[in-house]
Amino acid sequence: MEAASKLDVEAVRADFPILQRRIGDKPLAYLDSAATSHKPVQVVEAMRRFTDHSNANISRSVHTLGAEATVAYEGARARVAEFIGAGNPNEVVFTKNSTESINLMAYAFQNAVFDPSADSRFKLGPGDEVVVTEMEHHANLIPWQQLCLRTGATLKWIGITDAGRLDLESIHEVITERTKVVSFVHVANLLGTVNPTSQITARAREVGALVGLDASQSVPHMPVDVAELGVDFIAFTGHKMLGPTGIGVLWAKADLLDAMPPFLTGGSMIETVTMERTTFAKAPAKFEAGTPPITEAVGLAAAIDYLDKLGMENVRAHEKELAAYMLEQLESVDGLEVIGPRVPIGRSATVSFTFADIHPHDVGQILDAEGIAVRVGHHCAKPTCERFGVNATTRASGYVYNTHEEIDRLVEALGQVRKVFG
Amino acid sequence: MNLDELYQEVILDHYKRPRGAGLREPFEGESHQVNPTCGDEITLRVHVEGDKIADVSYDNVGCSISKASASVMYELINGTTVDDALAKLAEFTELMNSKGQSEGDEESLEDAVAFAGVSKYPMRVKCALLGWKAFQDALVRAEAAIPGRTDA
Repeated sequence: MEAASKLDVEAVRADFPILQRRIGDKPLAYLDSAATSHKPVQVVEAMRRFTDHSNANISRSVHTLGAEATVAYEGARARVAEFIGAGNPNEVVFTKNSTESINLMAYAFQNAVFDPSADSRFKLGPGDEVVVTEMEHHANLIPWQQLCLRTGATLKWIGITDAGRLDLESIHEVITERTKVVSFVHVANLLGTVNPTSQITARAREVGALVGLDASQSVPHMPVDVAELGVDFIAFTGHKMLGPTGIGVLWAKADLLDAMPPFLTGGSMIETVTMERTTFAKAPAKFEAGTPPITEAVGLAAAIDYLDKLGMENVRAHEKELAAYMLEQLESVDGLEVIGPRVPIGRSATVSFTFADIHPHDVGQILDAEGIAVRVGHHCAKPTCERFGVNATTRASGYVYNTHEEIDRLVEALGQVRKVFG
Repeated sequence: MNLDELYQEVILDHYKRPRGAGLREPFEGESHQVNPTCGDEITLRVHVEGDKIADVSYDNVGCSISKASASVMYELINGTTVDDALAKLAEFTELMNSKGQSEGDEESLEDAVAFAGVSKYPMRVKCALLGWKAFQDALVRAEAAIPGRTDA
């Protein structure tokens, strides 16, 4: 067994001014970090300092501010690389969010259709297959689904068991010699399932397919090491890991990025340009057309500093404990059904549930009146909802600043929901 | 937040005992509307006889606000003239866009004035309007399907 949480949650909470807010006359209990996390003063302060002191565009100007901004931006890239165990900072591409990161990968395949000299790993057409899972966020489903529709390739998926786990027994049938790429969710945003990766990556290797992870819900919450995972690419986003909105990350192996055609084109991604032709810069610049999110990169680096200071092992331990408490308390509520794994093993502190035929919108509204912020709806995972025969769920998700007391308030407020709609 | 304002007794009553629910025949126009953010859905049919709304029938899944709103709408417009129904649609839409500034005319909107409080909750306004949007769309389709009717 691992040691109990070493997070000093009260000290953490003191770094997040928004947690002092009141909703009406009730203190805020924010249980929606799977949608977006809050930002500690350290992140906001780092961005303010950069804006007030060093703001400039990067890689263009010789003036002092331009140099400082470039150093800060490239420093953030190195910080991200270190955080996820990537040996080479040039394997880190800054994007807008996870969605853009995954689209960047999918468009490498689509653009290869028009390029006879494209690397064979990105050649996709009828007879080829792309594999995802049934528990994807739409961000890791629709780009691949549309890619298949446009290229004539076939989209396949690994199903979900009743217990909310991936049906790993099926992977030998789903992932075949025809599979060109497997892209699957590391931690599911609706179910809270932490997917074991090794069997899927091994099978993908066996058939010579590329393999990547939607790590949007894992990088913020647990130690993630790309070398250890043995994947080709991962995507995640800043705003779910205490950083700002507007910045995401695609990490991919250097030789892959080299072989990939650009996604967006324009300024800063070029080597030489004539009116007729362009040669492209090397990665990561090749994939960062236009002025990138510079201040946001500084904020993301500060968020990583903050998380590292807490220690990702401690973050994981805290959330494991939180998940166990949430499951135990929520399952004690009469008429409440958890959608997803019911044991706190291989599970994040994100718990979706239905409650006695009461529509999640109504649940969320009553909870809001009690100061409790949860997410309601289909969580951008409609096929997952369908798999479990529900239209929508209520989802409570925890992070470094959440307490048992907030879970108690959630459970108590569900009693209130029952009173209004029972 | 004053929840009683949002979840008025009359809304909860319509939610628990929806009036006119279920899909019926005959009908000339049918509309299916979804609220993509929450997955609420309604299928609604309109049967027009002359200048009258002879029947409005519907099948829906959704939250209390969207279900109660469809039920209240049924009571308001079923059996009225097309012109009256369109006037109610305009009046209710205006009430929903009032951001809490209007109480609504009870003479005309009857139970639907209970939704005045909903207009203060921007996330819920679209729930209250889902059924009405379906009615508007179904009516357009019905009128397109009836030869010679182009004036409404």
